[in-house]
Amino acid sequence: MLAISIYALIRVMNIITVKNLVKKFDDRPAVDDISFDVKKGEIFAFLGPNGAGKTTTIKMFTTLLKPTSGQILINGFDPTTNSDDVRQSFGIIFQDPSLDDELTAFENLEFHGVLYNVPKKIRRARIEELLKIVELEKRRDDLVKEFSGGMKRRLEIARGLLHHPQIIFLDEPTLGLDPQTRNHLWSYIKDMNQKEGITVFFSTHYMEEADRMSDRIAIIDNGKIVAEGTAEKLKADTASATLEDAFLKLTGKAIREEGANAVDKLRTMGRIWRR
Amino acid sequence: MEKIKKYSKVIYILWLRQLKRYSRSRARMVGSLAQPTLFLVAMGFGFGPIFQKAGGGNYIQFLAPGIIAMSIIFTAMFGGMEVIYDRQFGFLKETLVAPVPRWTIMLGRTLGGATVSTAQGLVVFFIALLVGFRPENIFTAPLALIYMALIATSFTALGTAIASTMEDMQAFPLVMNFLIMPLFFLSGALFPLTGLPKAIQLIIRINPLSYGVDGIRGILSHQMHFTFHTDLFILLAFTLATLAAGSYLFSKIEV
Repeated sequence: MLAISIYALIRVMNIITVKNLVKKFDDRPAVDDISFDVKKGEIFAFLGPNGAGKTTTIKMFTTLLKPTSGQILINGFDPTTNSDDVRQSFGIIFQDPSLDDELTAFENLEFHGVLYNVPKKIRRARIEELLKIVELEKRRDDLVKEFSGGMKRRLEIARGLLHHPQIIFLDEPTLGLDPQTRNHLWSYIKDMNQKEGITVFFSTHYMEEADRMSDRIAIIDNGKIVAEGTAEKLKADTASATLEDAFLKLTGKAIREEGANAVDKLRTMGRIWRR
Repeated sequence: MEKIKKYSKVIYILWLRQLKRYSRSRARMVGSLAQPTLFLVAMGFGFGPIFQKAGGGNYIQFLAPGIIAMSIIFTAMFGGMEVIYDRQFGFLKETLVAPVPRWTIMLGRTLGGATVSTAQGLVVFFIALLVGFRPENIFTAPLALIYMALIATSFTALGTAIASTMEDMQAFPLVMNFLIMPLFFLSGALFPLTGLPKAIQLIIRINPLSYGVDGIRGILSHQMHFTFHTDLFILLAFTLATLAAGSYLFSKIEV
């Protein structure tokens, strides 16, 4: 009896639980037997060099990829068997843009709200509220293709939060943004974390960002978790002054090769065509 | 009941998206009308006299339904293959992480693409009127919409099914040259089916588009090779099959 209730309690406290998770692509492991937990309401940074397995892990969390083996629980649900419950639980900001350029800012949000079954009244109110928060209310009816990179990111954040998710996944959300926009984005995210208690799970290459924003950090390299804990702990364990030094000590200084996938190739082609 | 309501909203919003995207790209609209118009004018007037001499009657009357079908299948296949563009521009992921069954996404997209293609066919019908085409019976002419909609739905679903298995546009010319072109040329859209070599006859009988062309032509020009029942039955079966295959392959997409 006691054992069951303790187990239930742990499930409530940990909004993400990962046990012995493995993902292989043609026998080559991209994620190699990782286990960790993320607590409810935490801001959790997931760091690693290119090709370490960050995006693959996030894709498995968000039902876009099926694990080869191991177990994941997101908000108490298994992405492989209860995918719709998992999907309703999270919002996501992908590494690359994922808006429809031919629709307006409002239409992109409206589309998302309908997909997530947010009732019309609540949906409309929430859209106006979020557009204000990300300071896009004046661009409400402009096509997204006229937006700058920073504006698109802001709109994606608004979209990711629209259905009141329990968790928000951010895969390198600040990549290629100027310090002003980055600062702004983090203030929205921190705000949502504090006001609505949303758990934030993010990956980044900016170590200073991870140091400043996160409650806890996990570092993944070659598909394995090589360190886990608070920024202070990682720095202390490696006797480093900064998180960047700690990161380099833990993952080595060799530059990683990452094969271009089909989508990358397609993007390059797309760029050539548009010229 | 609750679920049906939810799913139909999802299907509706995806349908609406396809329509909005199409109505906003004027270039695409004009561009996709150029080809059927060229075919109507060049072939219609070019082969008209020979067709007449051979005892086939007015060629425009014969050709126009075929060109209407052509514009529908081209728009439909391209519309279905927009899945690849959505993959390229990232929007596909937004729909794949949504908490709804993938088949609802596929069905909404397909119905949207089908609506656009049917409308395209309708525009070509009016262009044909300008070139001299006259439907035999103006009151039964709207029945042709049934066959047009079936061609539109089945080929959008086919395009979606193919695009779901493709990672990039590399294979696109292959699909264009080895699927869309043969489907069109070997459908009886351009020439009558009587007196053809057995092998060609067989291919045309296997080609589902032949039955669509035949149905439209039967209604608009009162000329037929098969029967309305055969056409309808085969097109319905083909539509269901492509929708099933498309939903299955779309739901298997991993990004």
